[in-house]
This record gives sequence, structure tokens and C-alpha cells, in this order.
Amino acid sequence: MQLSGAEILVKSLEAEGVEVIFGYPGGVLLPIYDVLYDSGIRHILTRHEQGAAHAADGYARATGRAGVCLATSGPGATNLVTGIANAYMDSVPLVALTGQVPSSLLGRDSFQEADITGITLPITKHSYLVGDPAELARIVKEAFYIATTGRPGPVLIDLPRDVSGAKADYKEPSEVNLPGYRPVLDGDERQIGETTRAIAQSHRPVIYAGGGVITAGAHEELRQLAELLLAPVATTLMGLGGFPGNHPLSLGMLGMHGTKYANYAVCECDLLIAVGARFDDRVTGDLGCFAPMAKIIHIDIDPAEIGKNVRVDIPVRGDVKRVLTRLIACLEPVIASAWQEKIDNWKKEYPLAYGEGNGLKPQFIIEEIYRLTGGEAIIATDVGQHQMWAAQYYRFEKPRTFISSGGLGAMGYGMPAAIGAQIGCPDALVFDIAGDGSIQMNIQELTTAVNYGLPINVAILNNGFLGMVRQWQELFYNRRYSQTELKNPDFVKLAEAYGAEGIRVTEKAEVAPAIERAIKSDKPVLIDFVVEREENVFPMVPPGGSLNKMLG
Amino acid sequence: MLHTLAVLVENNPGVLARVAGLFSRRGFNIDSLAVGRTDNSAISRMTIVVEGDDLILEQVTKQLHKLIDVIKISDITKDEYVDRELVLIKVNADAATRGEIMQIVDIFRAHIVDIGHKTLTIEATGDEGKINAIEQALRPFGIRELARTGKIAMLRGFKASSVNNNGKEDV
Ligand SMILES: Cc1ncc(C[n+]2csc(CCOP(=O)(O)OP(=O)(O)O)c2C)c(N)n1
Repeated sequence: MQLSGAEILVKSLEAEGVEVIFGYPGGVLLPIYDVLYDSGIRHILTRHEQGAAHAADGYARATGRAGVCLATSGPGATNLVTGIANAYMDSVPLVALTGQVPSSLLGRDSFQEADITGITLPITKHSYLVGDPAELARIVKEAFYIATTGRPGPVLIDLPRDVSGAKADYKEPSEVNLPGYRPVLDGDERQIGETTRAIAQSHRPVIYAGGGVITAGAHEELRQLAELLLAPVATTLMGLGGFPGNHPLSLGMLGMHGTKYANYAVCECDLLIAVGARFDDRVTGDLGCFAPMAKIIHIDIDPAEIGKNVRVDIPVRGDVKRVLTRLIACLEPVIASAWQEKIDNWKKEYPLAYGEGNGLKPQFIIEEIYRLTGGEAIIATDVGQHQMWAAQYYRFEKPRTFISSGGLGAMGYGMPAAIGAQIGCPDALVFDIAGDGSIQMNIQELTTAVNYGLPINVAILNNGFLGMVRQWQELFYNRRYSQTELKNPDFVKLAEAYGAEGIRVTEKAEVAPAIERAIKSDKPVLIDFVVEREENVFPMVPPGGSLNKMLG
Repeated sequence: MLHTLAVLVENNPGVLARVAGLFSRRGFNIDSLAVGRTDNSAISRMTIVVEGDDLILEQVTKQLHKLIDVIKISDITKDEYVDRELVLIKVNADAATRGEIMQIVDIFRAHIVDIGHKTLTIEATGDEGKINAIEQALRPFGIRELARTGKIAMLRGFKASSVNNNGKEDV
């Protein structure tokens, strides 16, 4: 059957089960958009390509399926870059499609030419510059396979204009055959044996769980393991929701803004079981003092993560779910432990807390959102203090409910990610917790939410500052607030101008009614919470410091 | 310490950029890199000499493995292997020095591949030590131009770092 490259592309996307594409058209994409016009695939038109990339990423995190975004050559493609880097850092399955100038014009600085495969080389799991429409079906199949298996990540397909236009024979691609790509899934028997022995010898184990638990769908196995060993679980930012936040064994988050009890537990444990985590510097602080007494077991699907940042005593490479399943089968239950008592005492002595002040406390708003959503909402965030408060005070119960830019820390992620999550989970209650700085980096996507009738709720914790940077200036630069105070627009009017509902909240008593109204509304609602201006995120491990030396 | 890696890659466009980019991005030092295709035209072989301790080497290997186009990596440093490098040297030569240069060429079992008005071009192959030595020996005459291929290497005996036609590793 003879089909155009564009037709082959869309057919191949359908074959992969793609239900939605987040995109933005342009000259070289005309053949593709023409085919999409009649396709069953839903297309969401964002207002900026970065919005499309983040929305596809949010969709992927909320559903576990690959997100797809589409942008034109040159500026369209470069506008995707932050979104691709974000997906790369957080191991999110994303397939980014870009138009490219015709093959004959490549390399000549043609109009709207950008070497996007070159630009994204360090931030993609793999990429393709398609040379022949006959290869497209195979390439699309490989791209989805690579993006979604092993350690997931973004894959880019760059499509020159002539490739989408030209005809080729369409054949359904055969099985993927990539000799250089064979993820190891089952942990090595010997390593699992060593792990069980180390666990049996340990008196003070801590499980340190990362985003890999959620990616692998191993939250149930993680809970079983923790309960079997009575081992407390500290999660990373990416791991939130991988272990129930209200579970008696939960330590909440560890690291720079982790709970004191999580950080103390890591400092005093004799065995650290790292599961799908990567020992990021925001987690470990000073590596020299990280878990100094502990034997370290590292379970991860990506062998390159094992031993990258810390010395590991027992490396276990493999799919976290499979490894944990086998581990659980080999372990004896622990009945009671003095360690558990010690941790409970820390929890009582050093709970997460904030002081009362005259103004509206941002932490209180998160607590109220938690209470009024019954912990059932999907929470997307931007980057900054509000993100950390969301991580600390919303007790995530379920995987795929906390959607946040962890590794890259990209401001502007929250609202488009919330849009993607809402598209992927139409029945879910979705909140974007944003800062007054971050929200303005992709505020234009409010139009997208309004256009598609997405009932997302945006809660701006408006402190009139680039708060997180201001906090560092306060603590480490003698309160010299250089370029961090913001003169903001009227967010309520802005919301209304976009066709969303806007609510301003300045008093404690108004908090709950505003949240309730937002939850009930079937329109996008933006709440401008005018909060205390100079509230800080505590506890805090100063950058590069040791985990047991926390401020606040 | 210098390690010699034999890396088999799919012969796809951009594969060299992927490998080279990985080294610079992760701060690994390449001492030399030589690429060419193998008996299977779909597969190229890179010989990469990289500087680093065992920990760095472990990271280099693991990160290289993450590239989809990389099929197989063998660190052959600790095995018995043959390695060769080829060099072309254009050296100043006049009637007075020509004889002496030709003697050096003989000693190193090198060849003269071109004779110019005032120059000789010499080709030599050998391991790194030999190539360094001939370069040293010719330096006093004035080297006008020098090109080295970088080293290629292969295990001695029956052992091989190759893949068969299905891309499966040979045993
Ligand atoms: C794209 C981008 N630019 C700059 C930064 C650096 N940065 C980190 S947090 C922050 C402040 C964020 O301010 P806001 O969104 O108002 O949130 P707050 O910290 O006040 O809650 C900045 C500028 C970043 N993370 N991302």
C-alpha cells in the first residue's frame, strides 16, 4: 500500500495506541496536520510548544503511557527543548515529533532550520532524523519501545518536510530488533541472595525510594517489603506517592527539604535499601556524611546509576517490581524493632511544623487542599517554595498523583503538566500548585484549559517574590534581595480575561470556601492566595551540608 | 591509567557524535579514537583509548551501554591483544639528509610513500611506542606535517570482541 510519510506517521501512532497529541503547527508540518485533520487521534493545541512538551510529560506521568508532542522546525523544535530535558531528567516516556526543513536544504542554515537532533543529543534517550518514509513505521515503533521500556525517557523523531510528503510502501513493522538495547529486567540471583543476607543482619534498615518505584508500578511491593521488615520508608521528591504518606512506616521526604526524622534515620541506619533512586545531590547533601554507618543496597534498572554517586555494597540491577517481588518471597517477617521505636520518638520530637503568623501561611493552604480533596487529587506543581510545601504537607497516598519537575526543576512546568494530567485522567480532580513567578512562565496555557473545558484548579501561593531564591538570599546573602521581588499582574483579572474563574484569597477563613468552589466548578479556576511574603521552607539542609545538620 | 575499549556500534548516522558527545559531557578524557566499519557493513568498530581509574572506566562503559546504537563494549586492556597505529609523516629532506632519513625508515621498517622536491613522506605502522619513536627520530630534520590514525586493537588468539550477523554476541 502506498502512503505518504505523514500518513504512515499517523497510522503508526494509531498502531501504538496514541490517543492524544499535544502540538503546535507550522510550515513543514502542513502534510502531517492535513492527515491529523481526519484522524481519530485527538490533538490538543497549546499556546506554546513548551506547553505542549510539558503537557505530554504530565499526561505520561499521570497515566504511565507515553506522551506525544509535535512541533514545527526551528523555533517550534527549540521551544520543546526544556520539556524534553525535563522528561529526560525525570525518566518520563515522551515521544517528541518535530518537523524539519526538506532534506535537500539541511545543513544550509535554511529558513527555520535548527539541528534539533544535535541540540537534544544530551537530553534524549535516543533520536532519529528520518531519511526515508519507508523507514518511518519501524522508527515510530522503535521510538515508543525505547521511550517506554527499561528506564523510560524522551525519544525525538525529526521529520524533514519531503519525508512527510513523499510516498512509500507501507508495511506493518516487524518486532523491534535493537541489538544494542536489551534492558536487564530480572535481578541477578546472587545479588538478591546477598541482599536477603544483608537485610537479615541489619537492625536499623531504611528504605530510600525514588521515582523508579512509581515507574515500575512497584508501590504495592514496596509496601509489602516495608511491612515485612518494619523498615521505615523515606521517599525522594520523585518517589512521593510511591509509598502511602500516612502509613506508620512513612518518613515522608528525605534530603534538602526532607523531614528531620527521615534525615536522622538515614544518618543512623545500618542498612540503606535504595529502590529506583539515584542519589541526587539534593537528596544526599555532603556525600562524605551520607548514611555513614550503612551498608548500601541499590536496586535500579539503569546499571549506570549504580555506583555513579556513592559506593554501593550490593548492586542489584533489574526492574524494581520484579526484584522486590523476588526479595519479598525470600524474607522472614520482622516482629518488632527498637529501631521503629526510636523513629517514632523522632517523629514525635521533630514533626513537620510551621509557626502561626498574622498573614496567610502557605503550608496551611496545602493542608487545606489536602483535607478538602481527601488526598485524592492529582497535584502538579511548579518549582520553588510552593513545590516543597506541596511535597511536605500533601500526604500523597497513591502513585502518579504528584507531578513535579524534579531533576530539571523547570519553572513553568505546573500548569501545562496539570493540563496533560487532566486530559489523561478526565475524571480526576487536578490541582496545579504554583508560585507567582512560575505561573507566569506558561500562563498562556490557561487558554488551552479554557478551550478544552478542562476543570483544572490553579492555586497560586502568591508571596510577591521568587520565594525560593529570596530564601537563599535571606539565609546566605544577608537579605540582599537582588531581583527577586515581583510586581505582578492582577491574577484574578488575568484568569477572567482568559475565560477562567478567578478568586482572590487573603484571609484564613476564605481558604476552604475558595478551594471548595474550585473543586465544584467545571471550569478552570485560578485562586490567588496572597500569602505571607517571607515564609521559609524548613527544615533545610544547606547545599552541600550534612543531612543531620538542618536549619529550622 | 589508559584503557583500550573495543566498541561495536550500529553504523547509523550520528553515532560518532553520540559517542563523542557522551565523553565530553560526562568529563571523560579520550586519548584516541579510531572508527571504521567491520566485516558487517551495518556495524562499525571504535577503538577508544580512555584515561581513568577503574571507577571512571565503569561509568564510561555503563554510560556507553546506554546509547542505543552501542552493541558491545570490551575493555581489552587486561587481556593479551595486538594494537597498531598508522602514521604519515612529511619531513624536510634535502640531498644532505635524505640518506640518513632513509636509514631511519629502514630501521623502523617504515616506507617512503611520496618524494617531493624538499620533502619525504613516510608511512609507518606499529604500536604506540614505535610510532612515538619514529616521530622522535625524524623530529630533528623538521616535521612539516604529521597525521596519526589513533590506535586500533584486537584480542590475540581465539577470543573475539565481535557480534554475528543477527547482532547477537559471539561466544
Ligand atoms: C526556568 C527556571 N528559571 C529559573 C529557576 C530558578 N528558580 C528556582 S525557584 C525560583 C523561584 C520561583 O518563584 P515562584 O514561582 O514565585 O515560587 P516560590 O518559590 O515563591 O514558591 C527560581 C527563580 C528555575 N528553577 N527555573
